[in-house]
Amino acid sequence: MNALKAIIARDLRLAFRAGGGAPQAVAFFAIIAVLFALAVGPDLSLISKIAAPLIWTGALLATQISLDQIYRADREDGSLDVIIGTSDELILTAAAKAIAHWLSTGLPLIIATPVLAVLLNLEREAIVPLLLSLAIGTPALSLIGSFAAALAVALPRASLLISIIVGPLYIPVLIFGAGAAAAGASGDPQYGANLSLLGAATLFAAAFAPIASAAALRSNQD
Amino acid sequence: MPNLYELANPERFERWARPAIPWLSGATIALLLAGLYYALFNSPADYQQGESVRIMYVHVPAAWMALFCYSTIAISSAVGFIWKHPLADVAAKEAAPIGAAFTFLALFTGSIWGKPMWGAWWAWDARLTSVLILFFLYLGYMAIWRTFDDKARAARLAAILAMVGFVNIPVIKFSVDWWNSLHQPASVFRDGGPSIHASMLPPLFLMAGAYMFFFAAALLQSMRNELMARRIARLEGGEKKTAATLVEQ
Repeated sequence: MNALKAIIARDLRLAFRAGGGAPQAVAFFAIIAVLFALAVGPDLSLISKIAAPLIWTGALLATQISLDQIYRADREDGSLDVIIGTSDELILTAAAKAIAHWLSTGLPLIIATPVLAVLLNLEREAIVPLLLSLAIGTPALSLIGSFAAALAVALPRASLLISIIVGPLYIPVLIFGAGAAAAGASGDPQYGANLSLLGAATLFAAAFAPIASAAALRSNQD
Repeated sequence: MPNLYELANPERFERWARPAIPWLSGATIALLLAGLYYALFNSPADYQQGESVRIMYVHVPAAWMALFCYSTIAISSAVGFIWKHPLADVAAKEAAPIGAAFTFLALFTGSIWGKPMWGAWWAWDARLTSVLILFFLYLGYMAIWRTFDDKARAARLAAILAMVGFVNIPVIKFSVDWWNSLHQPASVFRDGGPSIHASMLPPLFLMAGAYMFFFAAALLQSMRNELMARRIARLEGGEKKTAATLVEQ
């Protein structure tokens, strides 16, 4: 447990200090939203209609673009070998890396969401369902993504491969997440069911992704 | 039929696979001819869909094979990962392009079928969407094999991805069905699927059999090719090494 906390604290420090990727992910998220709005045109009612799915897609892409960093630096400076060699439970270590990734990208994305929601003219009653769905769903994005990052850790240019691998696996999270946000905004009774399924997807990922990540990390050792 | 352990020896696999391939190919051709005859000439046209229902005999078995091939990959991967069975990895690797081809065939014929039925080449129907996602899973799996030079490492990583993908297929399928019921209440396919008239079953199963035997024949042949390619690579690598040592001396 101490190792888990230590790894999370270390990764967070690295992510938020100079050269860390955390602020860039939020900036990327904002830029996607702006680019999309500019592509759609200045029709406010149309923008407000697609705001929630747009923010969900943006959060997904911003998570995806930062996955490569989870293990990259650790592998380059050799600390990944030390972590694998000395940890009693590599599965816990993999979970710690995913948690740290969520705290450094998922959480800032959620904090930035209300601002973007206002920018995209999202209705006021739609904001809480959107935030709730992001809070429940984005941990699954980090967990599944950390598995793909572990799989591709030995490759020099991994982000494209990671995106191809992670895309199909993200689909349930996107469907339940965007579905919950839409249902919550319109007062649809399926809101609760969508949120529960989203939570189930996150728990499922929490149970299996660290195991798969640990296996991938072991297979990638030289 | 030799058991799995004996087949781990490529030599023994070769001795068993080479004579099997002509028989499997022959069965493929016989079943395909019979199936096409039934499908095109000896089965009724649908009272609603007319003659275009005959696309089904190419389309539905392809969709079955898409899932069957992925299951083959996942099971071979598990065997290769757990027991380090070397030919299981080769089987998983070589099943992927065949499975992807069947998946593409299912998507392509589905699209052709969709044009007269839906009036559009593509509808975000739950089944079509799930098969499209399955196609992306195939692409990711094949991308792993292509990006790693080290075959042993590629085999282990691809196996992990195949197993993760296999566990996720029901989840993805469920989520797409859920999404579809949320967005598109009136679908062409009724709940429980369209009931099929008994006269449409023989061509369907004949075609499915033909696809199955084709898969077996193609898989064995590609596995032989892969084993041969690896042997050549080893020999060439050995030659280069001896040449390098000669230069050093």
